[in-house]
Amino acid sequence: MEHLIRFLIGGVVVSVFAALGDVFRPRILAGMFGAAPTIALATLGLTIATKGAEVVSLEGRSMLIGAVALSAHSPLASYLLLKRDWSSLPAALLAWMAWFVISFSLWALLLKATS
Amino acid sequence: MKLCLKPSAMRRTRWHEYLVRFVFGGLVTMAAGLVADHCGPVMGGLFLAFPSIFPACVTLVQVHEEEDEKEDGKRSSVRKRMARQAAGATAMGTTLGGAGLFCFALVLWLSATRLSPWLLLGLAMLVWVIVNTLVLWLGQGLIARFAAHGDSCS
Repeated sequence: MEHLIRFLIGGVVVSVFAALGDVFRPRILAGMFGAAPTIALATLGLTIATKGAEVVSLEGRSMLIGAVALSAHSPLASYLLLKRDWSSLPAALLAWMAWFVISFSLWALLLKATS
Repeated sequence: MKLCLKPSAMRRTRWHEYLVRFVFGGLVTMAAGLVADHCGPVMGGLFLAFPSIFPACVTLVQVHEEEDEKEDGKRSSVRKRMARQAAGATAMGTTLGGAGLFCFALVLWLSATRLSPWLLLGLAMLVWVIVNTLVLWLGQGLIARFAAHGDSCS
């Protein structure tokens, strides 16, 4: 039940921010809304209620690494689109893979010992 | 650089495109919870910053921009170049947006045990808005370099 609630709230929050990104100009703002803390917003209340504030704090610390990976992964997509004439879907999917590599590498380097 | 709203852009998005974003966003949120349940909050927290709709965002921008340019009667090669430029600008926006996300996470890490949930959420969102505003103001030169053809509201 908790996971269904996460799915529904997450879907709504992500959709709202994505829609906001659609209407703002310049386009660069769409990307900034794409980097909005939608998943955290969708789950914050539920996590505090079920697991407590300490867990939220720990998740926030890991989220710092995820945010660094997010900033680092998107220039790859931008480069592939603008300089290599790639289409958007393959460029974005390759950048997604870069997010996983960067975030898990940083996690292993900085936080694994505390897991 | 002028910020503006173009509400008509929402009508360009088809119902199945909204559905894709809803389902992706819901699935990633659910997955973040599952990872946190099975691997702990240190691993689960990573996914709170997962770029869940990044591919959908840049793909939609490219598709809609190409449709707009087609309506303007532009050649296929020109349309595709302009559409990729718009998608590239969107991707660069995600890079800039990472600063706001980082500061949001910082507030969660440092203040979660000190503030009530609503105050925590409000403070974190306020910091997100302020940081993004600062980034937009400080990065105007960079943003102008990535200006795409469809960036006006007219």
